[in-house]
Amino acid sequence: MTDNFTTLLNFLPQLWEGIQTTLILTVAGAIGTIIIAIVLGLAMTSLHAWMRIPARIIVEFFRGTSLLVQLFWLFYVFPLLGVDLDPILCGIGALALNYGAYSAEVVRSSIKTVDKGQWEGAIALSLSPTRRMVRVIFPQAWALMVPSLATLLIQLLKGTAVVSFITLQDLTEKIDQLRQSTNDTYFAFTIGLIIYFVIAWLIQEGMNFLERRATAKLGRRRPNSRADRRVARRDARADKNSDPGSTSVAGPNAGNVGYGGPL
Amino acid sequence: MPPTENTSSAPGTTSTSGTPAIEFKDVEKRFGKTTVLKDLNFTVAPGERVTLIGPSGSGKTTILRLVMTLEELTGGFIFVDGKPLTHTEKNGKRVELPSKTTRAMTTRIGMVFQQFNLFPNMTVLENIIEAPVHVLGKPKAEAVKEAKSLLEKVGLGEKADEHPTRLSGGQQQRVAIARALAMSPEILLLDEVTSALDPELVGDVLGVLRDIAETTDITMLLVTHEMQFAREVSHRVMMFDGGQVLEEGPPDQIFNNPQHERTRTFLSSVQ
Amino acid sequence: MIWNWEFAAEALPILLRGFVNTLIATVIGTLIAVVLGLIIAVAIRSLPRWINWLIRLLVAFVRNTPLVMQLMFVYFIFAGIPGLVDVPALVIGFIVIGIHYSTYMSESYRAGIDSVPPGQHEAATALSLPPVRKFTAIVLPQALRATVPSLGNYAVAMFKDTPFLFAISVVELVTSAQQFGAAKFAYTEAFTLAGLIFLAASYPTSLLIQRMEKRLATY
Repeated sequence: MTDNFTTLLNFLPQLWEGIQTTLILTVAGAIGTIIIAIVLGLAMTSLHAWMRIPARIIVEFFRGTSLLVQLFWLFYVFPLLGVDLDPILCGIGALALNYGAYSAEVVRSSIKTVDKGQWEGAIALSLSPTRRMVRVIFPQAWALMVPSLATLLIQLLKGTAVVSFITLQDLTEKIDQLRQSTNDTYFAFTIGLIIYFVIAWLIQEGMNFLERRATAKLGRRRPNSRADRRVARRDARADKNSDPGSTSVAGPNAGNVGYGGPL
Repeated sequence: MPPTENTSSAPGTTSTSGTPAIEFKDVEKRFGKTTVLKDLNFTVAPGERVTLIGPSGSGKTTILRLVMTLEELTGGFIFVDGKPLTHTEKNGKRVELPSKTTRAMTTRIGMVFQQFNLFPNMTVLENIIEAPVHVLGKPKAEAVKEAKSLLEKVGLGEKADEHPTRLSGGQQQRVAIARALAMSPEILLLDEVTSALDPELVGDVLGVLRDIAETTDITMLLVTHEMQFAREVSHRVMMFDGGQVLEEGPPDQIFNNPQHERTRTFLSSVQ
Repeated sequence: MIWNWEFAAEALPILLRGFVNTLIATVIGTLIAVVLGLIIAVAIRSLPRWINWLIRLLVAFVRNTPLVMQLMFVYFIFAGIPGLVDVPALVIGFIVIGIHYSTYMSESYRAGIDSVPPGQHEAATALSLPPVRKFTAIVLPQALRATVPSLGNYAVAMFKDTPFLFAISVVELVTSAQQFGAAKFAYTEAFTLAGLIFLAASYPTSLLIQRMEKRLATY
């Protein structure tokens, strides 16, 4: 076991490189995801069919064809078309396209969930369509979409592990190297999984913060906040009649898992 | 200071000199296959306050929503100050106006909704100055000053920095009224503004509206179930049924001496 | 010419053979996830607090770490145990993917169980039904209405994640495409077809789930 730790200590610089690669992919992939999600998501709420339909087709295409296919397409097929992308760009591109398509659906459904009266209030004040969206609708939709985006962001982090298939030296690849040099599968992979888990936890906390801020802007308290849950637990203990349904808040897309810290 | 014209004009006529504030010409509104309004013609004079009454589904709210361009006009024309609002006639054909033209027209029109429709992501003050600053291009300081005096007027001077969701329904509705007034509208549309309120909060809101009616000459089009209020503030009452004007006249006449059996039944059902 | 129809025709049967493994992994993985997810959800509800905390930690751990790494982890563990060396990679694949998705599905069950109105629990208690009967006869059937579409969505998500089995050399659809592409230098045809097969299978399924969701939403 001490051998393992010596090996790990010597391996730390390499491990850090792997973590950096994973973080670069996550952050750049997330930025791409958000841009794609907002563009396609808004297009899908457009009144014009010429914007709505192509956006819908793009979204269904990238949701339906699997991340790895998209990654291999960028990595293997693009050079044949005369476009040589750096592997890391392939990774970022595939992650952004795939999770961007999923997130676009979140953006669309959140915008659709904003009360119709808000649109009407904005029209009654003669706000321009851009101003209406930027100042009235989107900030309210944003509060609805953050929990689902948090789930997708963690899925994106997990998805980055596939770049080890296209020669990139990310955290997963480095951990496999650690396994080979320590010859201890349990040791190497436990460390790897814990690092991923910590990054995911940080992402979740960051998104919880964004969500608290977004809902505070709406003058509401975040539903199912830690304080709420504490109160709910106390109520549940004190009084069996408390309504458990009221604390289970589903995001706009019911398929996604609820939020809250990993614990 | 009641408006000079119309207060005592002959019932059912609005034919005064000058351009009407609102004119409906052959208006038709369909939702899919159901026709809600058909061949509707009427005018509202500047400064006139008209209450629309009638059973639910008679199309009164639709009329307000058409004036506010919340619904698409499927036939006919609406004129505001004599200018076409959404559609115009060109070479004998009915054409839609560019949305910018329509939006320039709607700046003269304000609306207060049953459900308030305040923006929860903005404070009370931000709600009120949003349109004056970003639609009319007023300097922010001026807009803030006006907003504060409007808030005083509706009795909520100390709530400027609150979030709307923290206010009671009656307070929210008064903010919504201030928000509409901040645009200095020539026409104010009031769509069942007290229907979503607890009974004890209705009085405050009606008080504010009464005050506006007495101190300004804004043209008002109201849909309400508060018959006493309608009687006090309106110059004219229009009874709708099945998308048509069944009868109209000064409130005294409509409420005390309705001509139609349907009006009588309706009035006895709400009073 | 970028696209070669001959290669495409040649690739198709090979890809479909790989697709069989994809389907096996999806179907068995789903079965594992559906059963294990329910067990987890029920366990978290009924076990004492400290152990339920432990389960939730484990669930969060599995859910928030990459499937690819989990696959490799289990694969190398099996490779290191003499009696398990010969377990096919596909079996490891569907076990791991099933466990991974059971953590998601347990959350769907939890939400479904929470959505059953408290009056239903109370009515069952008022009838003096034993707890097990109360759960299996009253709560669970109602909870499933809200849960089934969500389980379906996860099954589709799992289907699209099966290419991760590439990590442990299971020759599923994408792996077979990659192998064909490398052998014939026909990546365009192989990966495009693989993508289209995914799309052709997942899109109609998603639509079906959407319709089912709408139907189940109305009693």
